[in-house]
Amino acid sequence: MEFLTVHGADLMFFVFGALALAAAVGVVTLRNPMYCAVALLVSFLSIAVLFLLRGAEFLAVVQVFVYGGGIMVLFLFVIMLINQHQLRETRKYGPHWWLGLVAALVLGLVFVRAFYPAVFSDPASSPPAFTHVEGLALGNSQAVAWVLYRQYLLPFEIVSVFLLVAMVGAVLLGRRQ
Amino acid sequence: MGAILEVGTLHYVVLSFLLFLVGVVGIIVRRNMIVVLMSLELVLNSVNLNLVAFSYANGDLTGQVFAVFSIAVAAGEAAVGLGILVALFRLRQTTELDKATELSG
Repeated sequence: MEFLTVHGADLMFFVFGALALAAAVGVVTLRNPMYCAVALLVSFLSIAVLFLLRGAEFLAVVQVFVYGGGIMVLFLFVIMLINQHQLRETRKYGPHWWLGLVAALVLGLVFVRAFYPAVFSDPASSPPAFTHVEGLALGNSQAVAWVLYRQYLLPFEIVSVFLLVAMVGAVLLGRRQ
Repeated sequence: MGAILEVGTLHYVVLSFLLFLVGVVGIIVRRNMIVVLMSLELVLNSVNLNLVAFSYANGDLTGQVFAVFSIAVAAGEAAVGLGILVALFRLRQTTELDKATELSG
């Protein structure tokens, strides 16, 4: 029991990190797009848990709402709209599958070269900036809102215009001619 | 417990890199455009994980705010990408990217 209270967060990281990675591999390797969508959902939810472990409570909820809810529904809706069972069964991977392995190798080398002798600071507990607003302990949502609406108000408004443009574009693309 | 089991920022960076790698390989190797778009979401998600990990390491909320913007852009990208997919399906009755060859003559 004492082991769990001391190393619980570390254990959670390994469990949900492995789950997220396994589900990601499932997205790439499964044949049926519906199974891919379910694997993608598992990956999204595992990453939401990892956000919680790093003190990003607001982002974890946004992850569940936007990815687990909105984007997932979009994917499932399109899969059902297209109904691939009527289509001919074909190969899963394209003719350039070996290019994927080359890209993985190159990216791996770049990563090792960039990070091999890296030293990161590892605070033991969640930083006070995550939950405190001007010395008051209010919570993570308030702290994020404080930074978002004071320092990054213009980008926030630009994002809302971007979402409007994306919505109009999606409606135009999906419209019957 | 060995040092490797003490979870730190490096663990998150490595996990995020592996997710990024799986996503990039998926984008390159798969033929079905739906799965390619899903792999794209995986890549964006791994970047968010990285932002959150470094935000925690530096004690700075800016990383989380940037991840909020990144999620908004990912949502818009998914909507437009799936719109293009539906348009491609209407035109070609397929979701396979190899079949969209109008520009190659």
